[in-house]
Amino acid sequence: MTPLLQVRGITKFYGARLGCRDVGFDLYPGEVMGIVGESGSGKTTLLGCLAGQIAPDAGEVLFDTRADGPRDTLTMSEPERRMLSRTDWAFVHQHARDGLRMGVSAGGNVGERLMAVGARHYGEIRGQAADWLGRVEIPDDRIDDRPTAFSGGMQQRLQIARNLVTGPRLVFMDEPTGGLDVSVQARLLDLLRGLVREMGLSAIIVTHDLAVVRLLADRLMVMKDGHVVESGLTDQVLDDPQHGYTQLLVSSVLQV
Amino acid sequence: MSDYNFAYLDEQTKRMIRRAILKGLAVPGYQVPFASREMPMPYGWGTGGVQVSAATLTPEDRFKVIDQGADDTTNAVSIRKFFERTAGVEVTEETSAATIIQTRHRIPEAGLSEDQILVYQVPIPEPLRFLEPRETETRKMHSLEEYGLMHVKLYEDISQHGAIATAYAYPVKVEGRYVMDPSPIPKFDNPKLADCPAIQLFGAGREQRIYALPPYTDVVSLDFEDHPFEASKADHSCDLCGALDSYLDEVITDDRGGRMFVCSDTDYCRTRQAKGHIGAQLAAKKEGAA
Repeated sequence: MTPLLQVRGITKFYGARLGCRDVGFDLYPGEVMGIVGESGSGKTTLLGCLAGQIAPDAGEVLFDTRADGPRDTLTMSEPERRMLSRTDWAFVHQHARDGLRMGVSAGGNVGERLMAVGARHYGEIRGQAADWLGRVEIPDDRIDDRPTAFSGGMQQRLQIARNLVTGPRLVFMDEPTGGLDVSVQARLLDLLRGLVREMGLSAIIVTHDLAVVRLLADRLMVMKDGHVVESGLTDQVLDDPQHGYTQLLVSSVLQV
Repeated sequence: MSDYNFAYLDEQTKRMIRRAILKGLAVPGYQVPFASREMPMPYGWGTGGVQVSAATLTPEDRFKVIDQGADDTTNAVSIRKFFERTAGVEVTEETSAATIIQTRHRIPEAGLSEDQILVYQVPIPEPLRFLEPRETETRKMHSLEEYGLMHVKLYEDISQHGAIATAYAYPVKVEGRYVMDPSPIPKFDNPKLADCPAIQLFGAGREQRIYALPPYTDVVSLDFEDHPFEASKADHSCDLCGALDSYLDEVITDDRGGRMFVCSDTDYCRTRQAKGHIGAQLAAKKEGAA
């Protein structure tokens, strides 16, 4: 089987300061990869490099495109990359405000990606938007409300609906549950887990919350100071951490 | 003649503007940046249109200015006077007699011909501006033809009002490529943009952009399959000339609910009246007088 994403030697410096160095992994279809590490460990930089938002200094990101098989997204032309990012890719931001258009209704937010790939039938766009709002548990009668009138949890669910409506194959998530209270987090995780299984999505989830990766991720990479210090199956890494930093990370989780 | 250089602007400036116009004509609908000059009138009064007119005028031209369809409003009168004085060109109020027509918010009702140029005054040339405030981003969207956002605006219209409520500055697609703001003309005028024999030039002074439609350009108003574009106007006939096919202004005539609908294109209305057409209220008034 061809990996959906092959990452080789991604390195990014911000001037003299290191963002991340020599990161590589394979991601297979249907697999969920977690990236954990403390603030400043380079996980968001890495995600940005993978999603084509930051240009790394070295390395390659081979994505298995529908038409031509594996292609390096970093050397692709910008129109191709932007086309990928609104069809086969999705990006869920930590702050829903970054990923939503706050001045546009919920239905319009979900419909935007459909219209961006050429949908021109109002009834069908609205139908799909309503369907997706239902899937992320946003009531029907809120379809014409703006996201500013939504709670934080609802905004985050709306962002997920907006991203998944075009049926992407790879979802990048940057702290999808950050800033939400625990009960809302739990429901969001439940929802994400359901969608990932149901749609057979591959996902890369960046988080500092070990509970999130325990629930969602098949595999785990632990980053510290821009380097990957440990990787493996999630349960294996969390239950039997080898690297000193991972041991610290696992033992730092507060037990209620 | 006066002591002004012909048509107020100096020759180098006119040359720079002509280059922008030529580039605009070569790439229909593309917004060409140009070094807009200070004009002796405030922004919003047609500084873009005036500069384009100045660069296209020749001493043999006959010049007409319309503002919301009318030849006799402040803006139209002052710009017409401006070029009468600085260029010494002949002026006219007759659409068919003019060779250059500067317009604000309307396209004349009478058909244009191949030897005419229509110059629009444009306040905000970027159709995506209210959806995406960053110029760097909108430029990228134009160059990559990412126009999904434009339909989001129309979607919002339908979801809020049940129909596309955008009534003016209705976005169009030019030659299947660039999405363009046709300036704040009513959408009733949109079909006249397409396949027009005259050259159409758009000048935005404050925003420093010029764009253009060469003659017989394909211009399509954006819409949805199940909510097609509709060129709307008041459902009435002109009370002065009886025209059913022209764009109408509603005029309040007293404080007891009296009102009348009149052609916004004053030249069109006058021409029709001269030919003996008469509208309901004018007829009633004449009867009352007689």
